[in-house]
This record gives sequence, C-alpha cells and structure tokens, in this order.
Amino acid sequence: MDVSELVRPNHPGRGKARHTGSPKGRQVSQNAVADVRKIIGPAPVRRDLLIEYLHSLQDHYGCLHTDNLVALAHIMKLSLAEVYETATFYAHFTIVAEDENSPPPITLRVCDSLTCEMFGAQQLLAGLQDQLGRRARILRAPCMGRCHTAPTVEVGHNHVDNATVTSVVSAVDRFDVGPSIPSYENLDAYRSAGGYGLLEDCYSGKRTREKLIALLQESPLRGLGGAGFPTGLKWQIVRGYEGPRLMAVNADEGEPGTFKDRYYLEREPHRFLEGVLVAAWVVEAETVYIYLRDEYPAVRELLLTELARVRQAGLYGKTNIELRRGAGAYICGEESSMIESIEGKRGLPRHRPPYVAEKGIFDRPTLVQNVETLYWIRAIIENGPEWFASHGRNGAKGIRSYSVSGRVREPGVKVVPAGVTVRDLIDEFSGGMLPGHEFKAYLPGGASGGILPASMDNLPLDFGRLEEYGCFVGSHAVVILSDQDSIRAAALNLMRFFEDESCGQCTPCRVGTEKAVSLMERNQWDEALLTDIGQAMMDASICGLGQAAANPLFSVIKYFREESVCETE
Amino acid sequence: MRNGVTITFELDGKQVRAHPDETIWQIANREHNELPHLCYAPKPGYRADGNCRACMVEIEGERVLAASCIRKPTQDMRVHTGSERAMSARRLVFEMLEVDQPNRDEAHDPDSRFWHWTDQVRPETNRMPSGKTPLPDPSHAAMRVFLDSCIHCNLCVRACREVQVNDVIGMAYRGRESKVVFDFDDPMGNSTCVACGECVQVCPTGALIEESLVDREGVSLGLKIDEVDSVCPYCGVGCQITYKVSNNQIVAVNGRNGPANNSRLCVKGRFGFDYVNHRHRLIKPLIRRPDVGKEADMEVNPANPLTHFQEVDWPEALDYAAAGFKKVLRESGSAGLAGFGSAKGSNEEAYLVQKLVRTGFGTNNVDHCTRLCHASSVAALMEGIGSAAVTAPFTACRDADVIIVIGANPTDNHPVAATFFKQARKNGKELIVMDPRGTTLGRHATHMLQFNPGTDVAMLNALLHVIIEEEIYDTEYVSQFTEGFENLRRHVQQFSPEEMSKVCGIDPDTLRQVARKFATADRSIIFWGMGISQHTHGTDNARCLIALAAITGQVGRPGTGLHPLRGQNNVQGASDAGLIPMVFPDYQAVDSENIRSRFENEWGTSLDPQKGLTVVEIMEAVHSGQIRGMYVMGENPAMSDPDVHHARQALAKLDHLVVQDLFLTETAYYADVVLPASAWPEKDGTVTNTNRQVQMGRAALNLPGDARQDWWIIQELATRLGLDWNYAGPSDVYAEMASVMPSLDNITWDRVDAESSVTYPCDSPDQPGHEIVFGDGFPTFNRRAKLVPAGIHLPDEQPDTDFPMILTTGRQLEHWHTGAMTRRARVLDEIEPEAVASFSPAEFQRHGIQPGEMVSIVTRRGRISIKTRQDLAIPEGMVFVPFCYAEAAANVLTNPALDPMGKIPEFKYCAARIERLPVL
Repeated sequence: MDVSELVRPNHPGRGKARHTGSPKGRQVSQNAVADVRKIIGPAPVRRDLLIEYLHSLQDHYGCLHTDNLVALAHIMKLSLAEVYETATFYAHFTIVAEDENSPPPITLRVCDSLTCEMFGAQQLLAGLQDQLGRRARILRAPCMGRCHTAPTVEVGHNHVDNATVTSVVSAVDRFDVGPSIPSYENLDAYRSAGGYGLLEDCYSGKRTREKLIALLQESPLRGLGGAGFPTGLKWQIVRGYEGPRLMAVNADEGEPGTFKDRYYLEREPHRFLEGVLVAAWVVEAETVYIYLRDEYPAVRELLLTELARVRQAGLYGKTNIELRRGAGAYICGEESSMIESIEGKRGLPRHRPPYVAEKGIFDRPTLVQNVETLYWIRAIIENGPEWFASHGRNGAKGIRSYSVSGRVREPGVKVVPAGVTVRDLIDEFSGGMLPGHEFKAYLPGGASGGILPASMDNLPLDFGRLEEYGCFVGSHAVVILSDQDSIRAAALNLMRFFEDESCGQCTPCRVGTEKAVSLMERNQWDEALLTDIGQAMMDASICGLGQAAANPLFSVIKYFREESVCETE
Repeated sequence: MRNGVTITFELDGKQVRAHPDETIWQIANREHNELPHLCYAPKPGYRADGNCRACMVEIEGERVLAASCIRKPTQDMRVHTGSERAMSARRLVFEMLEVDQPNRDEAHDPDSRFWHWTDQVRPETNRMPSGKTPLPDPSHAAMRVFLDSCIHCNLCVRACREVQVNDVIGMAYRGRESKVVFDFDDPMGNSTCVACGECVQVCPTGALIEESLVDREGVSLGLKIDEVDSVCPYCGVGCQITYKVSNNQIVAVNGRNGPANNSRLCVKGRFGFDYVNHRHRLIKPLIRRPDVGKEADMEVNPANPLTHFQEVDWPEALDYAAAGFKKVLRESGSAGLAGFGSAKGSNEEAYLVQKLVRTGFGTNNVDHCTRLCHASSVAALMEGIGSAAVTAPFTACRDADVIIVIGANPTDNHPVAATFFKQARKNGKELIVMDPRGTTLGRHATHMLQFNPGTDVAMLNALLHVIIEEEIYDTEYVSQFTEGFENLRRHVQQFSPEEMSKVCGIDPDTLRQVARKFATADRSIIFWGMGISQHTHGTDNARCLIALAAITGQVGRPGTGLHPLRGQNNVQGASDAGLIPMVFPDYQAVDSENIRSRFENEWGTSLDPQKGLTVVEIMEAVHSGQIRGMYVMGENPAMSDPDVHHARQALAKLDHLVVQDLFLTETAYYADVVLPASAWPEKDGTVTNTNRQVQMGRAALNLPGDARQDWWIIQELATRLGLDWNYAGPSDVYAEMASVMPSLDNITWDRVDAESSVTYPCDSPDQPGHEIVFGDGFPTFNRRAKLVPAGIHLPDEQPDTDFPMILTTGRQLEHWHTGAMTRRARVLDEIEPEAVASFSPAEFQRHGIQPGEMVSIVTRRGRISIKTRQDLAIPEGMVFVPFCYAEAAANVLTNPALDPMGKIPEFKYCAARIERLPVL
C-alpha cells in the first residue's frame, strides 16, 4: 500500500533552519569509543582514574584529541565539561582540537624555575628555539627537582642535566626520549640486609600498632614535606577516626629547589616502601595511593617494577598500593589538592576544617605522608627514637635532608643534622661558594619560604625558627644566591612561578599573583600596593600557596629594599 | 534550635547561640549584619564555595582569615567581622576584581550584586594594573557570555552542575588562565547547553546575562522593570516564576522558590514568553467567510486569516457562535454537541468549559488532552487505588533510596523535575531508568534498562515474578492493604526473568538485581511518563507499576509512591475540574444518581445521565454524523489526535465549530467562529501541577487588541445559551468550584493568592496540605489496593516487511504540545527551528543517508517529509518524531488504536518505514 503526502508549508515557526543533523553539542563517535576503550583497557572504568586514562591517551597519541575526550566522557558517563576541566588543569596534557595539528613528536620542557634560571635557562630556551625551530615543541616548565644539575631540560621523558643547546639538540637528534633508570637498591639487596623485617614483625604480631605510635611520638620525626607536623601524633589522630581509612603518599615534590624525595626514591625505594607499608598497617589503610609527580618518570618506572615484586613477595598485607601519576601541577603537592587529584579531578585545595585526617580521599579518614618522612620510619623504629633525636644542632633534633642548589661548589642533597645554618651548609657540606661568587642571599625553604640576606647566615634551618623573619624552612630547599644575582629578579621569578601554578580558585591568589607580577615587572615598585596585595594574599587565600606566595616579595621589601626601589641591573 | 544542640560563640563581642550547621555568614546575617558576598548565593541548592574571599572574617587565634560563608563557628570561638585586617582583605578583593570589569556605565548589569557590594566595600580609587579583556560570546539565541565581567565565583558552574545537573559549564584551565567554559570551551550556542538559564539567574556580575537585557555592544539597556509573581504555563511541573515586565513586555523571567522548582526553570519557562506578542496573535474575533468551504487538506496562513475569515465585533461573533450551537441542539439534541477544554488554561476556565458543555449543551461529551497523555494511567490508578493523582510529589525522590523512572524522558519533558532526580543520584541514591530510548537521564542512572519497545508488561511482570518468588515483598503490607495477591502470584509465575528476557531484551541478572533493589530498599518510588501510558496496553503497564509499589509496601511513606508525571501545566487541575466525559468535578461519576442530583441542585438544571464520549470517540462520532457542533477552547486536535488526517476530516465535516485560542491553530482552520483569547501572562487563575499543588497565576500584561479573558468569553457564550451566569472574575468561579470539590477543602482563592501554592488534600486552613497520601490505606471501598494481573499484549501494529521500523512520538525540550506557543517564541524557535526525525547511525548507514538530509517517513496512515538527525540514543529499528511540527505532523503517521480501558491512542508505537527522497 502507499499513501501520498499532503504538503502543508505553513507552520508557526520562522523556519530559520539552523540545526545540523545531530542533537546539541559534540557527539560521540563510535570509532573513537572503540579506540579509547582499546587504550584504557577493558576493566570497568573508575571515576578516580580519569587522570590515568588521560595519561594513557596522551602517551599513546602524544596529545589528547577532542574526539577521544568525548569518547572518554561517554565511556566514563561523565559530562564533557568534567573531562575538559580536568584535562586542561594539568600542564602535561595537550588538547588538540579537531581543526588543529598534532604537536611535533618531541616535547622539550625547559625548566625556568629559580636555580635553572640562574644557570641560564632563558638563554637555553632562546637557543633551543633558534636551533630546533619546529622540530620540537619547546615549552617553559617549572622545577623538575634537578636543581643541583641546573639547568635542566626534559626531552620527552629524558632529563638532560647541566643542559646546553648542544647536549639537548643531540638528544633530540638521537630521539633519546626515555627516562634513564638510576641504579638503586633492589628488593633482594634490601631484604638481604634485613629489609622488611620490621614489616614482617608487624604482620606477625611482634609489633603492636600502639607501641609503634608511642615510639614515633617519642621521636622528633616531623612531616618533611614542609609542614612539619609530628608524625606519631598524626598516626594517632588518623587512627582515631572510624574506618575504613586510606593513606596517600605525597611524592609530588614540586617546591622549587627541592629534590630530596627523588634522591631517596632513586636510591633506596624499599626503605621508603617499607615505611609506607608499616604506616598503612598502623592506620589500617585499605589502600595507599602513592601520588608521584609526572616530572619523575624514572622513579615511576622503578617503582612499578619494585611494587610488583613487593606484592609478589606477599608484603602488601591487608593493604593495596596504587601508584598514581601527577600531570604537571605544583598545587597538587598541597595535600588536599593532591587528594582531589587522586580522585581524578582538578587539584583545587579544599577548605579546612575538615582536615584530611578526618575527611580525605573519598571523604574517608586519610593519612597523608611525605616520602622522606616514611623513609625514616624503619631506621627510627629499629635504632630507637633516641638515636634519631641524638642528631641536631642549635637546639633542633633529628636528621634532615637539605636540597642545596645555586652558587655553591657541591650542590646536592645534604643529609645532615637538623638545625644547621646556611653557613654550615655552604662551608661544611657544599664545598663553599662557587669561585667568583660572593654569598649574598638564600632561600631557606624553596620558592615559598622567603629570601634571607647573607647577613642572617646564623639562623638554624628548622621548623618554627624562621617565621619571625617572615620565612620558613618548609621542604628544606636551600638556594644560594650570590652577588651576581638580582634578588629582585629572583623574587619576580618566584612570583611568576606562583602565578603559573596558582590553581585559580580564590581571588587573592589568582588575581593577586597576576597583579603582583605585573607590578613587580615595573622599574619602580609600588611598595604600598604590593604590600597590600601581599597581605591580602597571605590573609585571605584558601591554601598555603597563596598564603606564602608573597613571602619572597616581602623579603625584598624588608631586606633588599635598595633593589625594589629601582631595577639595579 | 534543632535537636536542642547549640553552641555559643562570640560574634563581634556579643555572645551568640548557633546551630552547629550554621555558618558564620548565616549567623551574622540573622544578626542583621549581611557580610559582602559574591560567590555565595543564599539560595536553595547552592552550597557555599568560599572562593571569592569577599566575606572574610577574623577568628582569634587563627593564622589567617576565614571565609564566613563556609566556616562554622565552634564553641567559644571569637569572631570579628569588622576587624581592620578583615576589612582590608575584603577591600583588596574588590579592588582586584573591579579593575578588570568594564566601567560601570558600560556594564552588562550595573545593578548586579557585584556592583552593589563594590559600592560598599571598594576603596575610593583603584590602584591595580588592569589585565586582559576576554571577547564576548554571542553564539546563543537567548544568552550572552561576557567573560570580561567574570570573577570566577563558580556560581554558574554550581548552577549547571549541582543545581540543574545539566553538566555543561566547567571551570577549565588553571590560575590566571582559568575560565568558565561550555563543554570543550565551545561557543555556548554550539555546546550541549539546554538553556535553562540557571547560570544567568545566579551570575552576580552580568557576565552571563539574558540577551534581552543588553544592547549589541553588551551594555545594559537600563530597562525600567516591574516584577509580577506567577507560575510557568509549560508542563506539569509547575515552576513558580517572576516575570520581569517592561513596557507591557516580558523581558526576562526568574525562577521563584516554589515547592516544585526551588527557583529553577527550564528553557521554556525562562525564555518562552514572547509568543504572546507574536504577529500571528489573534486580536479580533473572526467568523468564516460564507464563500469559503472546509476540506481536511486545507490550510490557512495564520499570518493572514482574512483569506478564509472576516473580522467581526464581539457581539456578532458570540451571537454567531451561540446560534450555531442552538441550531444543532434544535436539530440533533444534546448528543449532537461536544466540547474540548484545555489543560493549558486555568482551573477556573476548565471548570467553566465543562459546566458550559454539561449545562448549556446538556451533554457529557467533554474531554481534553488528558485523554491523549495519561488516560490509561488514570484508569489503572482509579481501578487499583481509587485515586488518579500522584501519591507523592516528585521532590519525594530526595527521601527515596531507589528511584525508578520508566517511560519518561524528564530532562526534555519535565526538565525541572529531572533536576531533582539527577540531584538524588548525585547524593548517592539508586536511579533506575527504563526506556527503549537512551535518555539523557540514562547517563546518570545506576541502571539503564533500554528494553525492547512495547515490552513493558513483560519486563515489569518479570520484576514482580522475582519479588514474589524470592519472597522479598512486604507480607504485612500485602495482607493489610492489598487484595488479589494470590491471583497475582499465580499469574506472574509464568513470567520468569529468563523467559521475559527473550521478550524485553534485558538480561535476567539485571532484572533480578533491579527487582531486589526496588523491593528491599527502605524507600522506593516510581515515576512514569507517556512511554507507559500511550500504548494500547497502557492500562496494563500502569497496573504492573501499581502492583510493584503495592506488594513491596513502597507507597504512602516519605520517599515512596506512584507518580505519573503529568504532561501539561494544568492537566491535573483540568481533570480535577471535571473536563472528563465520565465524571463531574473531583471524579464524581456522572452515572451515579446521587452525585448527579447533587450537581443538578448545585447548577440548577438537569444533567445528562450518560457518560460522554472521549477525544478520539468524539471525532468518530463526527464521522458517523452524530456530533455536528463543537466548541474547542485552547486545544488543537488537528495536530494532537492520532491519525490526524482522519481527525481533520472530522473537523472539516462539522456544521459548526467554535475555536477559542491565541492563534489561528491548525484546528481553527476549520472553525466557523474564532474567538481571540487570553494568554497565560495576561490572566489571573489557579493551576494544579503534577504534585497536586494548587498555584496562583497572575496577570502581568494587558490583553492585546480585542482579545478577551477566557472566563469572560465562556460566560458570554453561556449567557447566549440561556444560562444565568454572573461571575465577576476567576475568584468567583474558584469559590463555586471549591464548594463542589472536596479536594479543595481548606484551600480558598485568597489562601492560594497569599501562599502562591497549597497542596491538596489539606486538613485545615492554616496547615500545609498532605504531600504524601495513602499512608493508611487507599480511597477504595475496602481501603485496599486492587492488584490486577496484566497479560502480554503486543502493540497494535507490528513492523513487517513493508513497514519494518517502529515509529515513536513525543516532545522535545524546546517545544510544547502542538507548538502553537513555543514555535512562536523566538528563542525556542531558533534552537529547534524545524521538523526533525531522529534515528540511530545504523539506520543512516542502512538507508544510505546523511544526517541532516530530508527523508520521507511513511506509515499506513500517511507520509511526511522531514529532516533527519543522527542520535545514538535511539535504538536501531526505531524512528522518533516530535509531534509539534505542523509542516511534518507526526500524527499524520500515528495509529489511532485505543487502549480498551483508558481510551488512549498508541502514540508510542506503530510500524513505519524511511524512504530516501527522490533526487530532484
């Protein structure tokens, strides 16, 4: 049968046809769904693994194609916005729209944080752009934790230390883009020296949780990520909240000038992992998330290898370990941002209270510890708290790992008594100043710890001892500046870093860093306005980044005023 | 204070008691100290985010200041809201934000909350260096995006993601680069934005603003605006609104905090009001030119009715209209007349229409579009639990643990109700969506059961089978409040999930899992739409749902219940008011002598003792010659009836047709008299939404030209038919209604006016009504729910080799019913401008067509040409056509086969084929 159509052109609409042949907005392509599925694997998707999936795609294609992101959103039942805002938050993801070309196969990241800049990062950047042109994508990037070998350039995932235009171009020519795995103490070596004995004692009941906590509370071990919270007390607090509990290891060592966690991870990963497992056992963490910054690809590879071995050796006990990969965001070193990132979101710091010990990952009680803190657990328990406390100078107690860089002869990680002074670090542990350089100033605690003049070289570098001078020791990253360095330029470098790395959530930090950079670039500083901005950032920012970002600025105004009035160079 | 637990702390030197859940901002606010706030909106659904730092306060002993909007005081805390440190931080925040704003005299919204607070907080001069200026985004039909005013307060993100859960807006990038984006930083107009306008409503700066409020350069028009509170005229949700009126035009609409919408709106309620000013608007009464005949195929250009009609004055039009009815009455008696009222008008209008037909025409041949949407649900509910209204409002989903949404696409059809479902899911509730189409809600669902079209009963019986077989039903409830359980048990034995899986296409494990979840949850609730009702087995579908809720005791408590999502703004009210051929107001049977005599007394005339005919039956009766005259008020059967060509033939055949409407609708083409009526924003009146909430609509605009209030027109007709009506206005009508409708006890006009919304039933004039009903039995003769087993009946017309596909019809988000209003609203028309048929990529491949190409869709009833749209949500073998497009009317195609109980046509299923158009 057939029927004919009655054509009735009149209708109430204006008929300004505009719609395309699809529903509103971007539509998912079934081919892209299949491709993405293949890359992220067949396991059921988890919301918290979004960043891991983005890494898989970025690794596979060298970028994130928008059609694949639509497909990923579809597979994960997420909105497009949710995927996009996460993907665009992190510096290591490159989104390529449908009408854009993929980036060149090699990406160079030239570190331009303070130490590298002091050692010629800007000239290197210009030189590389000149030499390589479009053969590589050349980006400026923040600290990669290699300040003692500054300047550093990452070619793909290959870090070229003490980089020169020649050495970098050579790496590009050779397509030498993989991380080089350092030699480290492997599982067998560690176990044959008694490693994991402590953990086995825990599992077998020879140790009790209460005693371990008590023992740590007797020791002066404090959180060595920068905040210095007493470790034993933290364990006790976390245990006090009803389970299930979780644990996160903050291996997102991003404070410019800091490289001591990498130092331990690349040398003695098992001593660190034993600390992780002991802590997890004490707080009965269901899962431990090791959040490792993406700037440490070699560490990631060795950890993947060694974690598999540890698991195989049956040492996980009742916990599970997930190695998570950061994606280029300093802010994720802030513990609540890190937790957001572990949950697969943008790294926006959370408001406190509640503290993460009570409501952390997935709103569960969470123990967050820094790498180095965990590294010391075994030694302290085995040697006793008094052994650890027996170290220290100037009233400080314990052993600390200072990352020393800048104008000294022997930069590097200095594992020395807590409370040493910068003078000790330079003269006693770093072979003195570089020839031709006269000590002028130092950063006692990375980018956020402020800047002190050489005249104040006798202060013990310990928690709580520098605050009265507007500074803090934080992650113990000490950068030495000389008479050849402009303190004002250093402060601008640091403020630019904070401007780049501000998450953008709160007004004082997002706008304050931007306005401060703009004002600090002027020949003549408007001190009153900069002070007001700095104070507002310090008082009203949500997290430590914004609260501390003005420290270097204040230091210049306070200790190097002659430089702030007018550019000296 | 709740639970009696309070804390005491010091606020600016004064001891204050507070609930531990209160924030410092809230406490300060109730102590008459409103602290500056930008990112914090003290509105339902908006959590504090604490990001703008405009509300900082100093807490003694703390290193840094605290955001008062998010910080809760603890015992003995000492808080200073006015300390120099706090004030200085606030000044700096405003100084930082203001510097990058457009100058106030060029602002997009100079009266925004941002400027209000800036006036109070910022310093005299701004010392900050200025930054970059983002470009405007004018891509959307209704809204403008001016990120030069954006302060990154994140309210639009919360609006889109947490309040409306439309999930389009994000805050992308980082730091100074961070930016409000739509999807992948796409232009708003190209994004998945559904234009609910929540972001515009909440934006504190004018960075997101109605297009109607700014000039081409984005500068505020500075309109002088009056506000009128009313209720939205689209869909059964019943959102409360505030019209913003300037110069007798509605220039913008805000959501008001009504019980059904918590200040939310959808694109129709926000941007769909300029139809009232459309150039097609009828402003003079018309009568048909004597030289123009009627044919089913005819059409009239609604912009130029004078080809077929002539303008007359009101007395002539009314006399002519009444004379035609009287002529039919004289020649054929009451049975020769029928009337359609409207679910789009007020309760008062619905009441008057049915009273006019019953007392003036002397017949019960009065019906309205409820017949086409939920008649089968009503039939099953009346049979099963003795009441057709919802047992719980849709907001009860907040209290539910398991939510079933079946045969409904609420993100398109009840968008604001959908926000509550999505939010419930976000709060961890189980959301089980069952629909042959993959709906937007499906993305949010914990279980998405995309079952084979027309196999509802098979799937639902399998669920009943599992619940009874596994003995997870509520034995106590079953014995106390149901009858017929044994019968049901025996019946569903044959419907094992394994067997039914072959029919409905859902695997047995999922069926079992869903059945267990629904039955064993503390609180489960069922929502359904026309996917359930618009079938020849629609009553059976609804019977299954009633049985599901009844045997598990999931009814009558908070978070439980049965809720058919009513389609039109007043379909509940119009049904209550008696626009139904079998019942008087409040569902009182016309064939009951007691009841009839009561209404005869009340209305002072004898009444027809016979049930009247329903919508489709009336059209048949026109064909058979029985019905010769019709009065159609605000309905459009020439578009909305199934097999509409047949219906149009009936309309053309009528001796006398009076149409009362805003526009020359497709039905009015066949009219003898067209009476220009009042649009919703031009009149006062009550409406009753899907939640049983009686709400007040208020006039905001003057009537155009010679258009008249509907109640006045009906009364004039009544007078000319010899009735002695003397209503002075809607409140008079309401008073009479309430006197014959026990459901409106304790709900007076004045109360509805004062409270804007009152739920029925209501026990006393000063108590709120009952949101949840039937906690202690049902309004049946034995207080029990009747369990009625349902067998499997295939849809009336199955696909075959000639017509291998299934055609299903429905609505689109932007268009409402037959499109008479929405297609004349500029924004809605721009977003969905033309007829479109959607089907899956597989069908495009199979037919060798490209998305966007025109095709013919053919059924045994007719053929339409229509543009195509590729939509993954539509399963293979199905084509979806919205029924609002006159140029490609879906109902040319649909099957008029009726559900035997509910008399509802099978709009959701018939056999069809797609044909490529011949290349010209």
